[in-house]
Amino acid sequence: MLLEYFQMIDRVEELDPENGRVVARAEVPMESPVFEGHFPGTPLVPGVLLIETMAQASGFMLLSRLKFEKMPFLANVTLAKMRTFVEPGAVLRVEAELEHDGSGFAKTAAHIVSDGKKICDSRLMFRIMPFPNETLKGNMLDRFSQISRSQAE
Amino acid sequence: MTTTFEAVAEIISETSDIPLEEITPEKNAFTDLGIDSLDFLDIAFAIDKHFGIKIPLEQWTEELNENPAQVDEYFVLSKLCARIDEVIAAKDA
Repeated sequence: MLLEYFQMIDRVEELDPENGRVVARAEVPMESPVFEGHFPGTPLVPGVLLIETMAQASGFMLLSRLKFEKMPFLANVTLAKMRTFVEPGAVLRVEAELEHDGSGFAKTAAHIVSDGKKICDSRLMFRIMPFPNETLKGNMLDRFSQISRSQAE
Repeated sequence: MTTTFEAVAEIISETSDIPLEEITPEKNAFTDLGIDSLDFLDIAFAIDKHFGIKIPLEQWTEELNENPAQVDEYFVLSKLCARIDEVIAAKDA
């Protein structure tokens, strides 16, 4: 994870776009500028970044289903629960499942587990839209290639 | 048996926190009830789930982009419900 660059997913471990399921891995760094403020002397991953992590895992699954022809943008977060603190060095297993494939939108149910313990969970709604430009599309393809390639290594 | 309008009105009321008595068939979801496009995603999700359908929002949006003056034809609730009935009928056919 590069928290300050919003690169939350390190590796896609399992991906089943047809059935709408993804499992990803994310390793919390030991140091990050984020921890300087959150919190001094007690570094913890902010809850909003855990939600972002679940959103990105869901997003890569949706991008795969959409064959990178459209982009899912996070639109709504419901039933989010932060169950325990996440400290530097934690290894996170991020799981997301498609709950509903609508027309122009999708909803997923996602959760994060670390050391066998549930960290957080949420329902996430995405608006599915055309890519606003080729730069973003290219960036998504590159990032997906990186985190999928590390799956094979 | 609950009509399509009754079910949709309940969904809108619960999703957007609008009193049920204010939701009448001649109201436009956006211009009369003040629902925004993000709230409408929640409503579309609940409608899909309730009726076991997939309302073609993308197609409607494309059609509206070509002819914005037709917005009442899609989002006045009586007409929205008629369109939902068409989708249900097509699914059951």
